Amino acid sequence: MTTSDLESTPRKNPLVGIVEGLGNGVLGFFQTLGAMSSLAVSIVAWSVRPPFRLQNLFAQFDFVGVGSMVLVALTGTFSGMVFATQSWSAFELFGAESLVGPTVALTVTRELAPVFSALMVTMRACSAMCTELGTMRVTEQVDALETMAVNPVQYLLVPRVLAGLFMVPLLTMIFDTAGLSGGFLVAVPLKGLSVGTFVLRIQNLLAPKDIWEGLAKGALFGFTVTLIACYRGYNASGGAKGVGQATTRAMVDAAVAIFIQDYFMGLLFHA
Amino acid sequence: MSGDGKKPPMISVQDLWKSFGPNQVLTGIDLDIEEGSTCVILGGSGSGKTVLMKHMIGLLKPDRGRVVVDGEDIVPFDERDLERVRRKFGMVFQGAALFDSMTVYENVSFALREHSDLSEEQIRAKVREKLGIVGLRNVEERYPAELSGGMRKRVGLARAIVLDPKIVLYDEPTTGLDPITTDYVDDMILTAKRELHVTSVVISHDIASSFKVADKVAFLYKGQIVAEGPPQELRHSEHPELKHFLQMWFGKS
Repeated sequence: MTTSDLESTPRKNPLVGIVEGLGNGVLGFFQTLGAMSSLAVSIVAWSVRPPFRLQNLFAQFDFVGVGSMVLVALTGTFSGMVFATQSWSAFELFGAESLVGPTVALTVTRELAPVFSALMVTMRACSAMCTELGTMRVTEQVDALETMAVNPVQYLLVPRVLAGLFMVPLLTMIFDTAGLSGGFLVAVPLKGLSVGTFVLRIQNLLAPKDIWEGLAKGALFGFTVTLIACYRGYNASGGAKGVGQATTRAMVDAAVAIFIQDYFMGLLFHA
Repeated sequence: MSGDGKKPPMISVQDLWKSFGPNQVLTGIDLDIEEGSTCVILGGSGSGKTVLMKHMIGLLKPDRGRVVVDGEDIVPFDERDLERVRRKFGMVFQGAALFDSMTVYENVSFALREHSDLSEEQIRAKVREKLGIVGLRNVEERYPAELSGGMRKRVGLARAIVLDPKIVLYDEPTTGLDPITTDYVDDMILTAKRELHVTSVVISHDIASSFKVADKVAFLYKGQIVAEGPPQELRHSEHPELKHFLQMWFGKS
């Protein structure tokens, strides 16, 4: 058998196919990760180079931050209420109802607030961002910017990613406030815990570090989800269908990225 | 083409090669475009027209060759130098590529705000002037979605010429338009040339419209310019591919 015979022999082993598919998947993942990282670097580089278009930046702050406030406050309040209700029924079993306050406070500030704020921003703002950028790409508006000697990364992506970086921590604070209020609402007026106990227990067990942890997570998640939305939209191709696919992928990637990052950030803070 | 005591060409492409992976797109392009003239690069789809145009404005780097724009070889330029070169260009896109989140006024004034420090009044006057040249009035506050295809093209041209470029590039200006609008766009290209004395480069596969607006037609086939010259001359060309291409249209009408 010559070498050319060997090459033309079709591969029959299904294991080879599986390994190949797996390899391609892993390769694709790292390629995307690499491309996203280099986009992140170029966004950071362009964000410190003039001209600074404050109007664009504030428009994105408004869209990402102000526009998500009500949504975040609502989800925050109800998350706090749900958490307080559930933990109350558990703590009631061994008479530790007074711990409901700090339980809600710790989970909200450390975990729920940054994760849910980032998810709300992903859902509300990043989907729109990705669709808008994708449409601009496929209708050549991005090329138009470039031919007009305006850098599209600086003009389009920098304000969006900065909005994620700065607004999600602020939304996290709103979520913190709303979540604690929701917990208070259930524990004190509904279940009859005294205000003093609720507040004192939280004061004893909640440290500023816990709030900082939530805010740091919020900043990281905000940066990541807007980066993913920008990356997918900016590289969209293939008309309306391509833009739709880009947005779907951006939403999935962003949601998964939040939870993965959350775990590793947790390790970092509590190692 | 150049020489003979004439002015140097505005754009001179010399021995340009470009491939994407194994795909040879441009294989040794030589093309001179005189200042103030309109050159149509004619070719079927996949002939490399758009790739050639993207090299002229520095959106793509060639594998080999020179692209001389207004006396400078732009191939070795970095992003900052390219931005300077790009200000000599205005580009009209196939689908107009207007920023759809902005009004007509904001679209046309965009480059002025980015690259000049004119006062709001001066900007307004300039936008009026350019919209006047392309024959549009009272559309400043409208959004691109509210305009017809032909009007959008005109706004695209007004936006392209707002910084008084030396060169205007048209990417398939008449593709997908009805005959009346096509005529309207051809007139627009001729008007822009007459009023602004710009050098125009049009890439197209629309033979009728090419022959109407061109001073020179360059026929691109499989990555090479196989015939070039004034439209009347080219009509009688004996080049088999060009003949075939022309017959498709002249045969029809």
